[in-house]
Amino acid sequence: MADPHPPGLNEEGELEGSSGRHGGILRQFWDSTIGKKIVVAVSGSILGLYLIVHMLGNLKGFQGPGGGEPEIDVYGEWLREVGSPALPEQGALWVVRAILLLALVLHVVAIVQLSRRNLAAKPKGHRPPRIQRSLASRTMLLSGLVLLAFVVFHVLQFTTATIQTTPIVEGEVYANLYAAFQEWYFVVFYVVSMGLLALHLRHGAWSLTQTMGWDKPNRNPTLRRTATALAVVVSLGFAAVPLGFWLGIVPEPTSEAAATAASGEPR
Amino acid sequence: MNFKLKVWRQSDAAAAGEWRTYGVSEIDSGASFLEMLDILNDRLVVEGERPIAFDYDCREGICGSCALTIDGTPHGPRQVTSCQVFMREFTDGSEIIVEPFRASPFKVLCDLVVDRTPFDRIVEAGGYISVDAGPKPEPNATPISPETQQAAMDAAACIGCGACVAACPNGSAMLFTGAKATHLNVLPQGQPERYDRSRAMVEQMDAEGFGGCTNTGECEAVCPQEISISVIGELYRDYRKSMVHVLRSRRGRMKAQ
Repeated sequence: MADPHPPGLNEEGELEGSSGRHGGILRQFWDSTIGKKIVVAVSGSILGLYLIVHMLGNLKGFQGPGGGEPEIDVYGEWLREVGSPALPEQGALWVVRAILLLALVLHVVAIVQLSRRNLAAKPKGHRPPRIQRSLASRTMLLSGLVLLAFVVFHVLQFTTATIQTTPIVEGEVYANLYAAFQEWYFVVFYVVSMGLLALHLRHGAWSLTQTMGWDKPNRNPTLRRTATALAVVVSLGFAAVPLGFWLGIVPEPTSEAAATAASGEPR
Repeated sequence: MNFKLKVWRQSDAAAAGEWRTYGVSEIDSGASFLEMLDILNDRLVVEGERPIAFDYDCREGICGSCALTIDGTPHGPRQVTSCQVFMREFTDGSEIIVEPFRASPFKVLCDLVVDRTPFDRIVEAGGYISVDAGPKPEPNATPISPETQQAAMDAAACIGCGACVAACPNGSAMLFTGAKATHLNVLPQGQPERYDRSRAMVEQMDAEGFGGCTNTGECEAVCPQEISISVIGELYRDYRKSMVHVLRSRRGRMKAQ
């Protein structure tokens, strides 16, 4: 039977999908594996860009206690004030937090849905042997889950100060860091998490360029190397802070409040 | 040469299926894998057992019909089609595991035969160009550079065997769909339907129940035609652009009165 209208066009001669018949183009985009992957890629790159900024900010810890007013405390205060008076107090901070939360939720939801599809597409017990898939690509789900748990813990520890294993005093960033990273278990947990972050970023950053269709054979070696470099630099930059405090590369805090925080340490 | 074969036997699509072990002896080292199965089947017929069903056609590596998972790897470890695997590549006296291509959209029909019609439906969804019949066009009117031609030919080399899906930990058909879409999308003849094609083929691929790509690259490692995952990148790009294309077509237009 002859098709009454050319392929790809509906009765009105419009592009298919442009009418509401298929539930809209955004719905189609989200329902397709590629659309979801693009959501993962974009939300992942938002999180990745934040990581770079966060890592650079952390390095202020290496400027030391600075005679009562550590540079990192000043920086922390600035993060709360930035944008005022145009924005309300902590306005910019909350905008960034909202964007990050949205990106994280989209990233995780899309991955959960994609993973369920992927599991269903393979009969049980028939995982093909590894030929050339990298360690990073094989462990994306594992590293992602650990990092998610890490983020929750990290926020509970240093943002909301809910976890008070070592005393966390608001505003005393340097002293808080110093106290927390005198404990070997925190150092191990943070450094191991950053190792997994390196794996996650290495595959994630290159995958971003492939999923967005930016990778081409002539660009591939550069993109691969860039992804590896990014992963190494970001995770080393993060891991340097707990290691620095633990190994005594950066000195004890000197301010009064910090001294009470450090001396109030139960162990 | 003598071998112990552990073969997947399944009488029909609804049956449960089971592993059966067969011994084959005095196989010529020059025999192909499929010839070895033929020899075993001759014996099974004499013994009154149902012969092992497997797909084949040309037996020279160009048709894409044969589809055996040999020792866990689609088409065996040498990145050729199953028919191009020879018995001399195996150690005498070893056990060889033979099973069908494993992926949920590829239903096992019988023993080692799987249903690969999902691939046909992906091609039907957009793997074509529409041309008006008429006089032969002037060839020099649409120049195609050697690079473009080579890119199209590289993608068109796909024989649709399905090894990419079987090798993918996610059962994804992105290498196949990418090859079939790219081969038309890079040529002038494929331009009018380029974005509709990309969207329609991806939609059909998803509807068939294939998984999503996680960029592991296992597909290209087993592809007997050595198709690169760069075709997957091409499909990603065309799909992304097709979405922008649709959104643009929905922009408001000026009306004259």
